[in-house]
Amino acid sequence: MESIDLIIQASYFLAAVIFILGLKQMSSPITARRGIVWAGAAMVLATLVTFAAPEIIGSSLATINIGLIVLAILIGGLFAWVTGKRVAMTDMPQMIAMYNGMGGGAAAAIAAVELIKAVNEAGHDPSGSATVATALGGDVAILGIIGAIIGTVSFSGSIIAWAKLDGRLKRNKLLPAQHVINAVIALATVVIAIGIYFNADLNQIILFYVLALVLGIFITIPVGGADMPVIISLFNALTGLAVGFEGYVLGNAAMIIAGIVVGSAGSLLTHLMAVAMNRSVANVFFAGVGTDSGGSIDSSALGEMKEIQAQDAGILMAFASQVIIIPGYGMAVAQAQHKIWEMTQLLTERGASVKFAIHPVAGRMPGHMNVLLAEAGVPYDMIYDMEDINADFKNTTVSLIIGANDVVNPSAKSDSSSPLYGMPILDANESENVIVIKRGRGAGFSGVENPLFFGDNTKMLFGDGQKAANELIGAIKELG
Amino acid sequence: MIEGIAALYIFMLAGFTGFEIISRVPVILHTPLMSGSNFVHGIVLVGAMFALGIADTPAEQIIGFIAVLLGAGNAVGGYVVTERMLEMFRPSSDKGEG
Repeated sequence: MESIDLIIQASYFLAAVIFILGLKQMSSPITARRGIVWAGAAMVLATLVTFAAPEIIGSSLATINIGLIVLAILIGGLFAWVTGKRVAMTDMPQMIAMYNGMGGGAAAAIAAVELIKAVNEAGHDPSGSATVATALGGDVAILGIIGAIIGTVSFSGSIIAWAKLDGRLKRNKLLPAQHVINAVIALATVVIAIGIYFNADLNQIILFYVLALVLGIFITIPVGGADMPVIISLFNALTGLAVGFEGYVLGNAAMIIAGIVVGSAGSLLTHLMAVAMNRSVANVFFAGVGTDSGGSIDSSALGEMKEIQAQDAGILMAFASQVIIIPGYGMAVAQAQHKIWEMTQLLTERGASVKFAIHPVAGRMPGHMNVLLAEAGVPYDMIYDMEDINADFKNTTVSLIIGANDVVNPSAKSDSSSPLYGMPILDANESENVIVIKRGRGAGFSGVENPLFFGDNTKMLFGDGQKAANELIGAIKELG
Repeated sequence: MIEGIAALYIFMLAGFTGFEIISRVPVILHTPLMSGSNFVHGIVLVGAMFALGIADTPAEQIIGFIAVLLGAGNAVGGYVVTERMLEMFRPSSDKGEG
C-alpha cells in the first residue's frame, strides 16, 4: 500500500471511530455539544484527505474534476450553511428532512455514476454478453442497486416531507386508490431493478430512477402531518442504509460504518416513535388518522367548554403549589416558549413548583419541545418525560396545556373506538385544575375530539399562545 | 477493498453499534440525535467526491457534480442545525449564561 493510501485509510478509520464516539456523546445532554463538534472535525478530516486520493488525482480529467468537486462543495455547503443558520427553531424538523433528502440523493447519484460506468464497460465487451452484474461484480451490483432505490425514495420522499411541514404542500391525496398505485409502482421499480442487473441498458437505468423518484413522492403524500416525525426518522434511517450500501460499492469503510450505524440507530428511533404514538410503521404509510374514516366523538354529547379569562387563570396558578406545563405544537407555532419561561420564573419566585411534561411525540418530532424550551432557556432538569411525571399529576394544582391536544386526550385510554385508543397519554385530567390555552375550539391534529376540554375541572383560555402567556404574566405580576 | 464475509461482519457490528447508541438515549435528545445521525451519514460526501473524481464522461461529471453538491448540503446542513440545537442544552446551574 502506498503511504498516501495508508494515510487516507487511517483517516477514514479515525473518522468512523469518532462518528460513533460522537453519537455516543450526543446521547447525553452533558456531552452532546462536544459530540457534534468532534464528529464535525472528523468529517472535515475525511473530506480533506479524499482530495489526495490516488484514484482522483490520477484520473484522466483530474484537474477539471477536482475543480468541479470544490465548486460543488462550495455551492452545496454554502446553501446548507445559510439555510441552516437562518432557520427558526420551530422549523428545524423540515430542515432536517431536507438535508437528509440531500444525503439520500447523493447516495443515489453515486450509484448512478457506477451504473453508467458499468453499462459503458459492458458495451466495450467484445463477446457482447457482459451485463451490469459482470461489470461490477454480483454483490456490488446488488447492493448498489438496492442503495439506489433506497436513496432515491429517501430523496424525493424527504423533499415532500419538507414541503408538507413547511406548509408548501397541503394535499393528502393525489389519486384514487393511492395505495394500490404505490404498490404497482414499487413492484415495477423492483422489476426494472432486476432488469438492470441482468442487462446493460441505459434506458432501464433512467426509467428506474424516474420510478423510484415517483415512488418516494407517492408514498409520502398520503402521510398525515402528525405522522411526519416517524417518516422523517424513517427516511433518515433509509439514507443511512443507502450510504452504507454505496460505501460497499466504493469499498469505503467509513461510509459503510457510518451509514449502517445511522441505519440501525434510525430504525430503532423510528420504531420507538411509532410505538409512542401507538402506531406501527406500516400503519403510518397505509392509513392516516383523521384523513378519512371518522371515529371522532360527537362533540355535542361532550357538553360545553368552560372559558376562563387570563386574569383568573393567572391567579389560579399564582397560588398553586405545583404547576405542570404541557407544551405542544401550538406553542411552537405561536413562538410562546420565551413567554412561558418568563411566566415559569415568576411562578417559581412565588414558591410554586413548576415542571414541564413532554409527551414523546409532542410537536412534530421527538424532542421537538425540548429543543424549543431549551432555546427559551428552560433548564433541562425542569423537563420531564411522560413516564417520570405521570404519577405526579394527581398532586398537581394546575396543569397548563399550551397548544397540545392529542397527547392529553383521555379517550386514548377509555374509548376503544377512538383512533387514538391505546396511545399513552399525559394524565393531565388527574390534576386538580386544567387550563388549556388554545387558539380555537377545533379538534387536534388527528381530528379527534378531546373530552378533556369538556371536563368539569377544565377551563379554556382561548387565544394565541404567546398573547395568552403574556396576559398570564401580567396577571401574576399584578399580584405583586 | 472490503469484500464478502468481512463486509458482512462490518454490517453486523455497525448495526449493533447503532442499536446500542439509541437504546439508552433520553427523549429530550431524540431530535438532536436524529439530526446528529443525519449529519453522520453526510460522509456520503466522500463517496460523492470519488464518483465525481473518477468521472470520465460529461454525463458522469454532471451526476457526480449533483452527488457532491447534495452530499455537501447533507454534511454542512446536518452539522449546522445539530450544533445550533445542542448549543442550547444546559442545566439550571448555569442558566445565567447566554
